[in-house]
Amino acid sequence: MAHGPAKGIGRWLFTTNHKDIGTLYLWFSFAMFLLGGTFAMVIRAELFQPGMQLIKPEFFNQMTTMHGLVMVFGAIMPAFVGLANWLIPMMIGAPDMALPRMNNLSFWILPFGFSLLASTLFMEGGGPNFGWTFYAPLSTTYAPSTVNYFIFGMHIIGASSIMGSINIIATVLNMRAPGMTLMKMPMFVWTWLITAFLLIAVMPVLAGAVTMMLMDINFGTSFFDAAGGGDPVLFQHVFWFFGHPEVYIIVLPAFGVISHIIPTFSRKPLFGYSSMVYATASIAFLSFIVWAHHMFLVGMPIGGELYFMYATMLIAVPTAAKVFNWISTMFRGSISYETPMLFAIAFVVLFTIGGFTGLMLAIAAADVQYHDSYFVVAHFHYVMVAGAVFSGTAAVYYWLPKWCGRMYNETMGKVQFWISFIGFNITFFPQHFLGLAGMPRRYADYALQFSDWNMISSIGAFIYGASQLLFIFNVIRTIRSGTPVSEPKTWEGAEGLEWTVATPAPYHTFATPPEVK
Amino acid sequence: MSAAPNNRKLLVKLLSGAVFMFIFALFVMPPLYNVFCEITGIGGKTGGPYVASEAGVDTSRQVKVQFVATNNGAMPWQFGPKVFEVSVHPGEPTEVAFYAKNSTHRNMVAQAVPNVTPFNAAEYFHKTECFCFNQQPLKAGEDAELPLVFIVDRDLPTAITTITLSYTLFDITNQSDDSLAQVN
Repeated sequence: MAHGPAKGIGRWLFTTNHKDIGTLYLWFSFAMFLLGGTFAMVIRAELFQPGMQLIKPEFFNQMTTMHGLVMVFGAIMPAFVGLANWLIPMMIGAPDMALPRMNNLSFWILPFGFSLLASTLFMEGGGPNFGWTFYAPLSTTYAPSTVNYFIFGMHIIGASSIMGSINIIATVLNMRAPGMTLMKMPMFVWTWLITAFLLIAVMPVLAGAVTMMLMDINFGTSFFDAAGGGDPVLFQHVFWFFGHPEVYIIVLPAFGVISHIIPTFSRKPLFGYSSMVYATASIAFLSFIVWAHHMFLVGMPIGGELYFMYATMLIAVPTAAKVFNWISTMFRGSISYETPMLFAIAFVVLFTIGGFTGLMLAIAAADVQYHDSYFVVAHFHYVMVAGAVFSGTAAVYYWLPKWCGRMYNETMGKVQFWISFIGFNITFFPQHFLGLAGMPRRYADYALQFSDWNMISSIGAFIYGASQLLFIFNVIRTIRSGTPVSEPKTWEGAEGLEWTVATPAPYHTFATPPEVK
Repeated sequence: MSAAPNNRKLLVKLLSGAVFMFIFALFVMPPLYNVFCEITGIGGKTGGPYVASEAGVDTSRQVKVQFVATNNGAMPWQFGPKVFEVSVHPGEPTEVAFYAKNSTHRNMVAQAVPNVTPFNAAEYFHKTECFCFNQQPLKAGEDAELPLVFIVDRDLPTAITTITLSYTLFDITNQSDDSLAQVN
C-alpha cells in the first residue's frame, strides 16, 4: 500500500487512485466548462445586436445545442463526480472507492464520448442543432447527417455516469468507517448517495430514448414517427422522465457542498441535519412524478395539467426546508466571509430566485405565456449556474488547500466572486424581462424592442466569462506557487474526517479505518 | 479486503437495475404510452376497426362531425374531405368519403393518421371502415376516393355536440414495406 503515484503519463492513464481520478474529472469538467462557455460567448456575441452579424442561424442552433449538452453532461456532472471521487472516501474514512478499476474506466470513456460529440462540429452537416432536449422529429426526421455521432456520444456519456454512480453507491454502502452509521454521514455523501440512485434510474432511460432515435433514423422503426404509428409526444415524455430527475442530479450534490461550507464559516453545526436528509430524499422521489410540467403545451387534458402543476409545486416544500435550514445555520453564527462562503451565500440567494421563477413556471395557466421564452432561460440558468456552478466553484476554493497543500489568493478569490456575481446577474436577470415581454428562446435573431436588454445581457455574459479566467488563473497559481499550508484543518470551523488527514492529503488515506464516535 | 465480495454483489444488483430501466424505456414505455392514450383517448388517438353492435340509434340528439385534412411536411398530394361536415345521430353508421390525388410524376404510398378533438370524445368515436387502417398507394397522376364509415357511440357525453376528426397524410413511400407498423 505504501507507495506513491506512478511516474509519467501512465500515472493518469492507468490510475485507480480516487484522488487521481477525482483530479482528472475536475480538470476534464473545467475544460468542458471553458468549451461550453466559449459556445455561450458565441451565442451572446451574436445576440448583442438584432440582425445577423457574426454567424449563420444554422451555426447558432448548433451553438445553443452544444452549449447545453456540453455544460450539462460535460461540465457540471463530471465536476460533481470529480468532487465525489476526491471527497467521499475521505469523508467516510475509506481507503479508496469500492470499484477502483471501474472508476478508471468510467472516467476514461468520457473524453471519447465528448470527442464524438464535438467532432460533429467539423463535419459536413454540422453538429447537433435540435436543442439540448433533442425533441423528435427535429432530431430524427430533420436531424443533420451527423446525428449518429451524437447518439453514440450520449451512450458513452450515459455509461460513464452509470458506472460512476454504481461506484459511489458501493463505496458509501460498503466502505464506511466503523461507527459511521447512515445518519452520521456528511451531507455531501448523503446527497451523492441519493443522486447516484437517481442516475441509475434515469440515465438508462436517456440511453433508451437515444436508442429509439437511432432505430427510427437507421432501422425503419416508428417510435416517434406518426406516419408509422408512433408519436412525437412520446419522445417528450421519455425525455423528461429522464430530464426532470436530471436537474436534481445536477443540483443535489450542490446542496451537499453548500451544507458543508455554510456550517464551517458560520462556526455552527448544520441546522436540521436529519430534515436535510429527508428533504433530499423527498426531492429525489418527487422528481420522478412531475416530468410533464415541461410539456404543458403539448395538449394535455386539464386533469393532467392540474396534477403536474400541484405535484411540481410540492417540490418547493422540501426545497424550502433546505433553504431555511441553511439560513438557520447562519443565524447567530460567527460568520466570516471567505471566498467559499461568499459563493455559498450567493448560491442560497440566487438559487432561491431560480426556485421562485420555477414556481411561476409551474403554474400551468401562466406557463402558456412563459413557455419556451427567455424567462425559462433565465430560470434554469439561475438554478444551473448559480446553483451548480457557484457551488462547484465554492467547493474548489473550500477543498483546494486540502487537496494541494497550498492556499489560494483570498483577494483574487473575492474579486472573482464579485465579478462573477455581478456578471451573472447582469447576464441573466434581464432575460426575465425579455421572456416576459415575449422573446422566444433558441432564435438567432430577435425583434428590435428586445435590443437593449439583450445588449446588457451580452455585456454581463462577457464579464461573467472573463471571471472564469481569473478563477482558473487563481487555481493554477495556487497549485504552482500558493502559500503552503500544513495544518490538517484549513478552516477553523471545518468538521469531518477529510479535515483529520494531513494537508496536503497524502496519496493514500485511511489505510486503517478511523474510529467514528 | 472483506468489502470486495459485497461490492461485487452490489455491482451486479445496481447494474441489473440500470439494464432494467433501459429495457423499461425501450420496450415498456412506448407500448404503455400507446395503451394509456388509447384507453383514455388522451391525445385524440382513436381505436382500431370497430365491430358495430345492435344498440340501435339514439334519435333524440344530433352530433355535428367535422372533417379536417392536412398534408404533413412536403407531402404533395391533393387530399381533402368530400363533405366538410355532417350531422349524425349517435349509434347511426355513417359513410363519408375523402378524396386523394397523387399529382406527381412518381408512384407514391401514403398513410393517413387520425386524431379526434375534443380528446374526451376520442373513445366514443368508432370507425368500422377507414382508409387510415391501411397504407394507400397511388400511381403517378392517379386519384382515389377514400371511404370512411364511422359510428358515434350512444354513450357520448351530452356536453359534446361537435366532434372534429382530423387526418394528417404522411408520405411513406420510402418506408412502406411489410415491417411497417400497422396504424390504427
